[in-house]
Amino acid sequence: MNVFAIIGRVVLATLAEIGALTRFIWLSVSHIFRPPFFWRLTAQQMLRIGYFSLPVVALTAFFTGGALALQIYYGGNSLNSESIVATIVALGITRELGPVLGGLMVAGRVSAAIAAELGTMRVTEQIDALTTLSTNPHKYLVVPRVVAAVITLPALVFVADIIGIMGGFVVSTGSLDFNAGVYIKNTADFLKFDDVMSGLTKAAVFGFIIAIMGCFHGFNSKGGAQGVGRATTNAVVTASILILAANYVMTSLLFAN
Amino acid sequence: MSEAKIELRNVHKRFGSKVVLDGINLTVPKGESLVVIGGSGTGKSVMIKCVLGIIRPDSGEIFVDGKNVLKMDTGEREKVLRKFGMLFQGAALFDSLPVWENVAFGLIQGRKMKRKQAKDIAIEKLAKVGLAAEVGELYPAELSGGMQKRVGLARAIAADPEIIFFDEPTTGLDPIMADVINDLIVDSVKDLGATTLSITHDMASVRKIADKVAMIHKGKIIWAGSRAEVDNSGNEYVDQFIHGRAEGPIQMEVLKP
Repeated sequence: MNVFAIIGRVVLATLAEIGALTRFIWLSVSHIFRPPFFWRLTAQQMLRIGYFSLPVVALTAFFTGGALALQIYYGGNSLNSESIVATIVALGITRELGPVLGGLMVAGRVSAAIAAELGTMRVTEQIDALTTLSTNPHKYLVVPRVVAAVITLPALVFVADIIGIMGGFVVSTGSLDFNAGVYIKNTADFLKFDDVMSGLTKAAVFGFIIAIMGCFHGFNSKGGAQGVGRATTNAVVTASILILAANYVMTSLLFAN
Repeated sequence: MSEAKIELRNVHKRFGSKVVLDGINLTVPKGESLVVIGGSGTGKSVMIKCVLGIIRPDSGEIFVDGKNVLKMDTGEREKVLRKFGMLFQGAALFDSLPVWENVAFGLIQGRKMKRKQAKDIAIEKLAKVGLAAEVGELYPAELSGGMQKRVGLARAIAADPEIIFFDEPTTGLDPIMADVINDLIVDSVKDLGATTLSITHDMASVRKIADKVAMIHKGKIIWAGSRAEVDNSGNEYVDQFIHGRAEGPIQMEVLKP
């Protein structure tokens, strides 16, 4: 086996995939701003992507906030831990853990669902059928999902922030015997509007990644049930990795100074 | 000869190294029913998808009403697409929508018709394919294969298209239901005065719905003539196909044990 042939094939396949994805994103984004708009479908997707993800995201945030509080307490200097725990939990949740863990949980839930649904529509020719009924599949299927995810992810993460901080509060006051009033005061003193906003900005980007990856892999699935399964896996894996990568990039940009 | 409604000139398409369409030349005269016969994997479906614009051919020209659809911008193309109706092989009904909304889809989304009015038309079209109004409230998954095909037919004719494509309309149906579908195709087409292009390998269907017949083999049209001429075409490929013989010039890629 020729090593160069293998390298060449992998590079070409990767470039083709990047090209296809870029084209897909461009088509989808351009359709967001061109009528007709499918409001009812967008609202439906907001319900599915946002509202039904609430329990998963809330539980994730609660336990993460609690675990974070414990770790800081055990690891830190226990003398001034009372002020440190509240501050670090608040900053950690709003800046990083809320958006990233929320994003990852929704990626697992929503990217997979989107890829499976659109993938099945692809292999049963339902997407082609849309075209023959004078309806652009990008506009009808992709745009409502992308718009819904970009709007609802920040809302979800905002809820996650609150519940995550509450998780830290419950553990600190419950099992670490912190003073509740002091904890709340410390949180309020150190938490700034910008911290929350940076997390919500990230969340919007993650929402875009989640919806686009689900749609892209669903649209391009082929070969029956197995193909749809592969599309679902690929959607979740690529969405998760892109979320982590995008998070790093955005952290380095948002907090550069 | 009457004027051409659809004309394909020297259309080529390949996927990777696999040549699927190798210079297709085909004319569908206005108001007539052309049936393209050919074995599995000979490029029949790809040909229809090229005309619909779902697949873009590598080279060649496709004319609808004398205009080259491959040189059109998106807006013009969408206008041309409104002339088309299509019945898919697996019916390709939208399983998230009830039957009547499937039938009315092109009217509501493509033509911005009021839902109430579109529903009336949908029920009328369902009656035309022999389905009661109550069926309209069911979901596609609740229907048998034959009923799904009939709903697909109702959807294809809902917007009174000038051109209708049938992709293997009788595949997967029992002989009696297949004949019912053939009758419905003939009737509905006669009512609309539409031009139709069908692909099938069911000779019973060919004898019933075709005015003209063309045979595709290895991405080329190798024979074309009227329905009456099929049985004494003098073409050994056609003879082998219509009599369903394993021996002949068409060799299936089957490994003998």
